[in-house]
Amino acid sequence: MRFERITGSRRGFFKTCLAGAMAFVAGEGSSAFETPRTGHGTRSRVSIARDPLLRGSSAHGIGSKDSGSVDSKRILNLLDRAVRGLFEDDDPVRSWSRIVRPGQAIGVKVNTLGGRGLSSNVLLVDAICERLQRAGIRARDIVIWDRDTQELERAGFRIRQGGNEVQCFGTDRVGFEAQFSEFGSVGSQLSKILTRRCDVLINVPVLKDHDGAGVSIGLKNMYGAIHNPNKYHPDGCNPYVADVNMLPEIRSRLRLHICDATAACFDGGPAFKPEFTWQPNAVIVAQDPVALDQTGWQMIEGKRSERGLKTLAAEGRAPRYIETAADAEHRLGTNDMRQIVVVEKSLA
Amino acid sequence: MQIDMCSEALAKAGEFGACLGNLEEEGKSSKAPFTLDRRSFLKGAASAGAATGLIPLRQQLRAEPSLRSVADQDDSRFIVEAHFYEKLPNKKIKCKLCPRECTVGDRERGYCGVRENRGGTYYTLVHSRVCAAHVDPVEKKPLFHYLPGSLAFSLATAGCNVNCKFCQNWDISQSRPEQIDSVYTPPKKVAELAAQWRCQSIAYTYSEPVVFSEFLMEAADAGHEAGIRSVVVSNGYIQDEPLRAAYGKMDAVKIDLKAFNDSFYQKIVTGQLKPVLDTLVTLRKIGKWTEIVYLVIPTLNDSEPEFHGLASWIKGNLGTDVPLHFTQFHPDYLLKNLPITPIPTLERAREIARAEGLHFVYIGNVPGHPAENTYCPKCQRILVERRGFEIRQMVIRNGVCPTCKQAIPGVWHA
Repeated sequence: MRFERITGSRRGFFKTCLAGAMAFVAGEGSSAFETPRTGHGTRSRVSIARDPLLRGSSAHGIGSKDSGSVDSKRILNLLDRAVRGLFEDDDPVRSWSRIVRPGQAIGVKVNTLGGRGLSSNVLLVDAICERLQRAGIRARDIVIWDRDTQELERAGFRIRQGGNEVQCFGTDRVGFEAQFSEFGSVGSQLSKILTRRCDVLINVPVLKDHDGAGVSIGLKNMYGAIHNPNKYHPDGCNPYVADVNMLPEIRSRLRLHICDATAACFDGGPAFKPEFTWQPNAVIVAQDPVALDQTGWQMIEGKRSERGLKTLAAEGRAPRYIETAADAEHRLGTNDMRQIVVVEKSLA
Repeated sequence: MQIDMCSEALAKAGEFGACLGNLEEEGKSSKAPFTLDRRSFLKGAASAGAATGLIPLRQQLRAEPSLRSVADQDDSRFIVEAHFYEKLPNKKIKCKLCPRECTVGDRERGYCGVRENRGGTYYTLVHSRVCAAHVDPVEKKPLFHYLPGSLAFSLATAGCNVNCKFCQNWDISQSRPEQIDSVYTPPKKVAELAAQWRCQSIAYTYSEPVVFSEFLMEAADAGHEAGIRSVVVSNGYIQDEPLRAAYGKMDAVKIDLKAFNDSFYQKIVTGQLKPVLDTLVTLRKIGKWTEIVYLVIPTLNDSEPEFHGLASWIKGNLGTDVPLHFTQFHPDYLLKNLPITPIPTLERAREIARAEGLHFVYIGNVPGHPAENTYCPKCQRILVERRGFEIRQMVIRNGVCPTCKQAIPGVWHA
């Protein structure tokens, strides 16, 4: 494993060593906190919570995930059930305390490419921030972020920079580190929000089909943290997605993936196209991003099958990067469904 | 954005007044292509003396609307519909600019990072979006057989359609346009500035001009209307139609042939060799003055069989009169673990190419090396004596060697 390039300064050297050490700690699981499962010798849990009445009894048909149509109490309840399923703990605050501790700075990396129609749900993110605060995190130490402030706004987020409330802005406001971080085929500059504002990263992707990558779920959402994602789309994003997730600054911070499947996309992604959107009204939670992506991929295939569409493999765009992420060089998790425990917490 | 003149250009053009320095904006990338070091800056400034009434370039460009924040830049004026693409179902497009042929979904960008699909229409985001502008001697491109000793108003936008691990200008070539400062500089303004700075050419360079073809074509037209020529410094990774349309407007072309093996292109460049060779052949067919640079990188593209193959291919497909520059590699970007190219390696490459029959083979990035000079292939007289980018003497008259009357290919006089 290669760590980021050292460009010369003594401070940079120590910073690099620290990042590397953090990555090592996370990878070995010796932290006092829950850390991502490697998928080797342990089974990974993926918890899915569903609520058919998430949008109220009148919700029907294909539509957007406009926050206004989602019930904020129900979505908090949905999140709690998903987290409970993951940690097997009825106390949501105690569950969150396994992930974060007071005094830490928390980044909530959302996905806002799809505008209001297909971005991380604002109310779900609000619910996450509420639970983080209940776990002792100060509001101002939470930052909701993505690559671009305007995209955040278009997705319905209120921009907040400064003050004591939860922060929300894009990397365009603060830029990228000058230093390159490298792993395998990837060499990228990382968002300063990630490197300077986050001790812990909560990943909040959207369940999506992706015309190039096959699917865009948890692993691919990290493309929003690097300065040159366009360079890593050839060959179905393989092995680039896996390599990006190996960058020590990312790997050492990622603790939890909360995939927004309140509305999802089964074809024509990643942009929002109403005709290819459906509403699973679900939240999928995992610590193992590979297990999450593997599970999410199967959900998308299920919907594609229901709609009479070919499998992604038949279309030549199976998300091969998921397997790469699980290989011996990456060990980001497991894609072996026999090693994945899928916990369903659905309301009738 | 950064604008400056190199010290050699300053020395030549002392009447241009004070060195322009650089135009970095707060907190933005500090690295610009071919920037002055402190010593050169001071030397240039001292030699130029006090400003002589000419308005510094940066001041002229700063007259444009505020550039203080990249985030605050008004993107709309840089965005025009791209040429060279086709529409596909479901709001997808296929880019037909370079051999990559990116299929790009709605709201996504191509590999270059500067062309975006918006609702099924493909747009360039870098029209008139100049992120670097310098007044350079044309030798810096390098073009050695094209108006020697002249100045080129050299500019770039963000973006590149490959990702060379050794890129010297990665901070602009590998960035998205919104990540770096730029100045709105429409084609007519480019021509005006070039004229004002007494440049005989506009040079599209530093990043990869393929990705700003639309802007390049219009700037070339504006330049020609003002009597200013255009040259391009490119990787040649472009499809045939845009090549003819865009580089057809150029007066000279320099192609970076990055290796003579496809494996290198795939692994180190993230491209392919064949389209670049096709470009060179087409440029010859359409009669463009073309020079080739080959950056020799230790262990990666410096084998003798590769030099033999390269020289043989050039001789067979382009002829023996194409200038070929073997240049010295310096570690940068993602290839910092390799040493500077040893001079004997460069000399061996030159020897091989000359033995193959190529007439004009140069060694670059080694100031003071005798292989910077142009020699008459017949009588071996020095015809153009160079040191770095400086021309010390140039004796070619009417395109021939004054001693033996051998025709010397190139564009020697305006």
